[in-house]
This record gives sequence, C-alpha cells and structure tokens, in this order.
Amino acid sequence: MATAPLPTPAPPRARPSISQRAYAERTVRTIRRRKAVNYVMIGLTWVAAIVATLPLLFILFYLLKKGAGVISLEFFTAMPRPIGEEGGGMANAIVGTLILVGIAIVVGLPIGIGAGLYLAEHRGTKLATVVRFLSDVLNGLPSIVVGIFAWQFLVRPVGHFSALAGGIALAAMMIPMVTRTTEEMVRLVPVSLREAALALGYSRWRTSLTIVLRTATAGIVTGALVAIARVAGETAPLFFTALGNQFMSTSLREAIAALPLQIFNYAISPYESAHALAWAGALVLIGLVLVVSIAARIATRARFGRVAD
Amino acid sequence: MAAPLRAPAAAQPAIAVESLDAWFGTHHAVRGVNVDFAQREVTAIIGPSGCGKSTLLRCLNRMHETVPTARVSGRVLLQGTDIYAPGISPVALRRHVGMVFQRPSPFPTMSIRDNVAAGLRVRDGAKPSRAETDRIVERALRRSALWDEVKDRLKASAIGLSGGQQQRLCIARALATDPAVLLLDEPTASLDPISTQKVEELVYELRREVTLVIVTHNMQQAARVSDRTAFMLAGELVELAPTAKLFTAPGDARTEAYITGRFG
Repeated sequence: MATAPLPTPAPPRARPSISQRAYAERTVRTIRRRKAVNYVMIGLTWVAAIVATLPLLFILFYLLKKGAGVISLEFFTAMPRPIGEEGGGMANAIVGTLILVGIAIVVGLPIGIGAGLYLAEHRGTKLATVVRFLSDVLNGLPSIVVGIFAWQFLVRPVGHFSALAGGIALAAMMIPMVTRTTEEMVRLVPVSLREAALALGYSRWRTSLTIVLRTATAGIVTGALVAIARVAGETAPLFFTALGNQFMSTSLREAIAALPLQIFNYAISPYESAHALAWAGALVLIGLVLVVSIAARIATRARFGRVAD
Repeated sequence: MAAPLRAPAAAQPAIAVESLDAWFGTHHAVRGVNVDFAQREVTAIIGPSGCGKSTLLRCLNRMHETVPTARVSGRVLLQGTDIYAPGISPVALRRHVGMVFQRPSPFPTMSIRDNVAAGLRVRDGAKPSRAETDRIVERALRRSALWDEVKDRLKASAIGLSGGQQQRLCIARALATDPAVLLLDEPTASLDPISTQKVEELVYELRREVTLVIVTHNMQQAARVSDRTAFMLAGELVELAPTAKLFTAPGDARTEAYITGRFG
C-alpha cells in the first residue's frame, strides 16, 4: 500500500502586495456582511414564527381565563336560562353542533374522498382538471355565500329552517377540502404498490379501494379532521339554514341549536352572564375540536404506523 | 436473425411468444420478438438498460398495458392459450402469472400473514377458510425460505421486515396463489449481497415447481440461476441459448460484445 507523498510545505510567502491585501480585506468584509445578513434573517424568521403562534396562545389563554370559571357539569347538561338570568348551560347547542357536524361528515366525507380518489387516479382527464379547478374555487368561497345558497335551495323550497340544511351547508364546505387532501395523499402512494396489487390479479377498482385508499388512510384521516374542525366552528353558513334554537331539538327537519350560533347570540346580548356563557361556549368548541383531532391522530398512528416511503 | 428460437424440449413451452411488438406511445420498445419459455426452467433475460427486457416481461402478464399510451401486438401463448385473445381478462390472467418487482412492495397496511394471503382474496372460486389460509400462508412462506424468520410475528406489520425479507415476502405472496409462471423483474436490484444470494438460491430451488423468467442487469446472476439465457438489444431478441453456452460460446457477435463488456 503506497501512501501518497505528503505535500511539500509551501515556500515562505513574500509580503502581500497592496492589491492582495485589498483583496483579502474585501473578502473579510464580504464574509462579515454575509454573516450579519444571516443573523438578521434568522432573527426575522424567528420573530415571524413567534408572531404566527401568538394569536393561538393568546386566544387559548383568554378563553381559559374568561370561560373556564363558568364551565361546570351544569354547562353540559342544562338548557339555557331565559335571557338575563344567571346560570344555565348549552346542552342544546352542544348536541346541535354534534348533529350538524355528524350530517356534514356523513354527507361530505364519502363525496370528498370519492372525488379525491377520482382526481388522483384519473389525473390527466379533462373532467379531473375541471373538477380540480372548481374545487379550488369552492375552497376559497366565503362561507356566507355557501349559507345563502343552502338557504335558496334547501330552506326556501321547504319553507322552514332545518338541521339537514345546516349540515349540508357544512358538508359543501368540507367537500373541496377533503377532495384536495385525499388527492394529495393518494398521489403519495407509490406506483409500485399499485402494480403489485394489479399483478396479483386485483382489478383496478379493488386496487384503488383496498390497497391505495387504505395505504393513504392516515393522511386522509388527518385531512378530514382538519376539515371537520374547520366546519365545526363555522357560523355564517348556519345563519340561514340551522338558524339556532332555544330548545333541545334532535330533529333533522327543524331548526337546531349550534355552538357557534349560541356563542354569537350570547356575545351580542347586553348581559354579563350571557357573555360569560359565550366565553365558555367558545372554550368548549375549541376543546371539542382539539379532543377529536388528538384522539383520531392517536388512533390512526397506532393502527397504520407510517405510510410507505 | 429470423431463425426461430424454439425450445428443444419435447413438452409444450409454458409460454410461447410470437412476433411480439410493444410500444410506449411512439417508442417501439419490443420489436418482433419470438421466444419460448420452457416449463419448469429458469430463463434469464439480459441486455443493456432500455433494451426492452422489462417490457417483454411485462407483456407476459399484460402489465404492460396498465401504463397509459402502451400498445402491444402479436401473440403470447400461455400453455397454448393466447392471452391477448379477445375475451381473456387481464385481471384473471394475472392470477396465474405471478410477478415480483424491482423494489420490494409489501402492502404497508397489512400484516405479514395478510400480505401473503392478499392474492387469495381475489382468487376464483370459494374463499379459503381461515385455517386453510393459514396453511397456504405457511406453505408459501416455507417455499420462499422466510417461514423460520417470521413464523413468530405473522401478525406484525410487513414494513418491519428488512429489504431482503420484504422481497422474499413478495415472492411468497406471488407463490401463494400457485401460479404456473413467476416473472421476476430485477428482483435483487435493490438488495444487499446476502439478501441477493438468498433470493437467488430461492429462484434456483423454485424451478422444480414453477416456470420462472427473470430479468436481470447482472450477468453473473443470470449465469448463476438460469437454465437458459436470452440476450436482448434495442428491442430485439438477439439470442436465446442454454446459459453455459451463451456465456462461453455465444452465437452472435453482439452477444459476445455485450458479455465481454465492450458495451452496455
């Protein structure tokens, strides 16, 4: 094993000429400037990151401060008291929100996932391009517009407000979100898995449903949860559809209470006690969303582990 | 070159390919190939990258046509039946011609057992009972020499296995449905040398029961595992000969140039 000869030390350098010194000084200045810019930029992104999370922390802190004191068992089980009276709960609104979100899930998830699967599996077709574009437009549609449309087509013809109309309005908001995340997640499933299933004698639809969709499940569930969390707090689409209800109602054909609506009503009322209930309602709403997402995340992580590379 | 490359064996070949052409869009990937794959033999297909060897292989179970813009013409007779005849379902066909790919592709959401049993779920006829499935899974895993390594964790996720184990799992999955033919598309390309050796031994063993066609980049591998070797170049089949002959006394100057490393 011949080792490479050691490099001979360079002969002692002559004193650098003026131009060499100027060059060296300029290099040092450049490096200093780059370092300074680097620190400034890191600092700016750091500040931006903090500012981005501040509102959430602030909201949570304020909600806890204002609302936590009001929350008791009564809040979950009791009905609202007449305006101006102390105490009372939001049982009707909690049940109402669960029903509305339930309708949105039952209607919106299958359509959204199905559409997303179509977009991913037939990505080149004209229909897919059109649907993708429209669903992006729908995604950006103001929720009040969705509410007005639901009112026009689901409330006016029937002649009365209903939980069903509210749930469908929420579903209409969920569908484009679920569609796009499903598409993204299904696209992440490697072609090799698809081919392996086809080579085993799986038909195309079976490959899509049992292999591709199942592999993408963890991601789709996460996307669906984001969508659910978003519509659970929507107020605007419910104004003209679910309307709100002072009483406990579980009928899909009647106006129904909802947490965001109740929060709104209490917040604009002139009474201190109502304001306190509004804070508590907001806290419960956030808590509900948080609990659902955390629980589902744990469940999917345990069952599906990581998605294939 | 038009000389037919027929198998000397008296028995009917497992697969007979007759004037097969295959395209991707306008790219003519396989050009007028005639070749027989004999029963219970390992046939290796070698050739430089892009010579059409994988495409030829994928025409044997009609996987080629799953790629958009792909086209095929010619005949492929599987035990006498043209698999491109009208009325032949590619889905049903693939249940009889197993395939293993370059990269291990276990289904990540399934356990080891369910991976092996995946093909049974779509097999024709009655679905096997749980006990029968267990028996078939064990047999397939034994045949792919993986049983001893996984028998205690059949319910564990398949992605916990090493790359080599995953590839043998894929072989077990393909074997579970008892295919007549097993196609291997560079099955060791992503494996380490020890795993490669295991897969090669497996291929060598399996030829007693199954007809195997293996596409490989590695000429030494072809020499180790195959009975006969086909050499392809630019979409054409140049030569098919017993492996020992092809590597020592090739009949075509281009084959000799390739195996002696003058190109490719």
